[in-house]
Amino acid sequence: MMFARILSTARIEFAIALRNRWVAVGVVLMVLFSLVLSLAGAGSAGSLAADPLSVTVASLTSLSVYLVPLIALLISFDAIAGEVERGTLPLHLTYPLSRSEMLLGKLAAQLAVVAIAVGAGYGLAAGYAFLTAGGDAFAGLPALWRLIWSSTLLGAGFLSLGHMMSALARRPSGAAALAIGLWLIMIVLYDLGLLAAIVADDGGVFTTDIFPWALILNPADAFRIYNLAASDAVSAVSGLAGAASSIAIWKPLASLLLWPVLAAFAARFAFGRVTP
Amino acid sequence: MTLLTLSHLTKRYDGHATGPAALADVSLTIAAGERVALLGHNGAGKSTLMKCVLGLIAPSSGEIAIAGHAQGSPVARALSSYLPESAAFHPALTGREQIRHFLRLRGEAASKADGLLDRVGLQGAAGRRIGTYSKGMRQRIGLAQALIGAPRLMVLDEPTSGLDPISRREFYDILDELAENGTAILLSSHALSEVEARTDRIVILSKGQQVTEGTLNDLRRHAALPLTVSMIPRLGKCASLANAFPEAQEEHGALVFSCAPDDKGQVLERLAANTERVADFDIHPPSLDDIYAHISRRAA
Ligand SMILES: Nc1ncnc2c1ncn2[C@@H]1O[C@H](COP(=O)(O)OP(=O)(O)O)[C@@H](O)[C@H]1O
Ligand SMILES: [Mg+2]
Repeated sequence: MMFARILSTARIEFAIALRNRWVAVGVVLMVLFSLVLSLAGAGSAGSLAADPLSVTVASLTSLSVYLVPLIALLISFDAIAGEVERGTLPLHLTYPLSRSEMLLGKLAAQLAVVAIAVGAGYGLAAGYAFLTAGGDAFAGLPALWRLIWSSTLLGAGFLSLGHMMSALARRPSGAAALAIGLWLIMIVLYDLGLLAAIVADDGGVFTTDIFPWALILNPADAFRIYNLAASDAVSAVSGLAGAASSIAIWKPLASLLLWPVLAAFAARFAFGRVTP
Repeated sequence: MTLLTLSHLTKRYDGHATGPAALADVSLTIAAGERVALLGHNGAGKSTLMKCVLGLIAPSSGEIAIAGHAQGSPVARALSSYLPESAAFHPALTGREQIRHFLRLRGEAASKADGLLDRVGLQGAAGRRIGTYSKGMRQRIGLAQALIGAPRLMVLDEPTSGLDPISRREFYDILDELAENGTAILLSSHALSEVEARTDRIVILSKGQQVTEGTLNDLRRHAALPLTVSMIPRLGKCASLANAFPEAQEEHGALVFSCAPDDKGQVLERLAANTERVADFDIHPPSLDDIYAHISRRAA
């Protein structure tokens, strides 16, 4: 019963995402950027020891850190605020459908959209790597697979954060502003702030004790560290990851796994405070 | 069997601690098969009462029971259905998709959607997106979803606003059928003329206060508004008719006066005694809107 209600909500939300062109927007964004990266990366691939697919994965990682949260927030910010504005929320809440079921249904549908977009972009880049390097690219398949599921986890976290913004703002315009602000802070300003702090600290306590945790705490940084640390092509691509190479791999992985759960609870709590 | 019990229901919205409450001490019961109309001006508290019944908002004080269950509880939700004021749906979905989704949420077979859409007269538009529907068609989708799963209690907020007179009659036909099968119906309206005689009981709210409750005839008697009698005199008999009915005033070629409901028989006798002077006559009972306006004014 409960599963049927979540599934039905997910189906209807996916149909809406298709018609609102969110699926198309996500796929086009991912495909376009993956294509550009593949073509740009092709020239330098020869100089590296790693296999060509691993190099592609490394550059896709730095792309996804920006794009996956952005796409997730774009799809999700309207989830509750939109229902409030359209006036569809009261009726839904009189059905035998709990708020948790409703959120889970929306999350499942939107996660499918993120997975499709990510799959399309990465698939294209992987195809290109195989096309240019042939059988050598097989060595990079585990890295690609890791990138796909960790991107989906990253997306799940930001989808729930989008739901939370949506519930807090209660208006689509406000929710959009909150979502963009959240993206700027968590993805752009957070790293800049850390870099500034490291420079100011000049090798002190912050750099040795606080900085590694600060990196893991942010899901986007955890995503980057996890994918790059597990890959051979690390030092070739990222400066930040070099500083983070001392971090045990389970820490960013735990962060990646915990964020979607915590964010989903936070979204549920914020949604619970919305009176229709 | 009593399906809905409200006892001493009071609702104050947050931030409105002073001034009149949105609902003040309203008590009401509705039995299976009963159709009750909730009447009141805009802002009288009709929607507030309904949202309390559905568990969408919490009452400030008082008790609500739906067949013995707390409002908003899973059992209460499964037993009741709701048609919100100006029902809205996602414009990108088709009517059929929307109803199939609502069916699945209530654990019913999605294949019943087309039958429901037929029943509310939307068979032709089932495959079209709701964004292209007129207001009346959206209202019908709203009604179709409220019919799902033979609910024991239906709560309909201004269900006939936006419907043309023929659609309104079809709508009440559906309600009659449901009531015959034991569904308790609570519907709201801002005009007595909209609910007509097709409800069993009428509750009038004014500024959150329960003003009266009773059948249409009760209200009619209670208001005791005068009847209006108008007579068309025969050619050349105008003056003598005016002499026979000195209380009458001339209006657009007719002689018009009002009489108390109890004096109706006496007036008929006088009319019968003057048949050679009267070409035609009419006796109008007070209109429903007159009665409603009178009761609301007296309460204020
Ligand atoms: N969410 C709300 N917050 C504050 N006041 C409200 C809210 N909803 C309704 N009210 C007030 O409560 C009163 C009753 O409103 P409502 O139940 O919508 O009336 P009706 O449905 O009879 O037109 C009105 O004075 C209205 O302004
Ligand atoms: Mg209302």
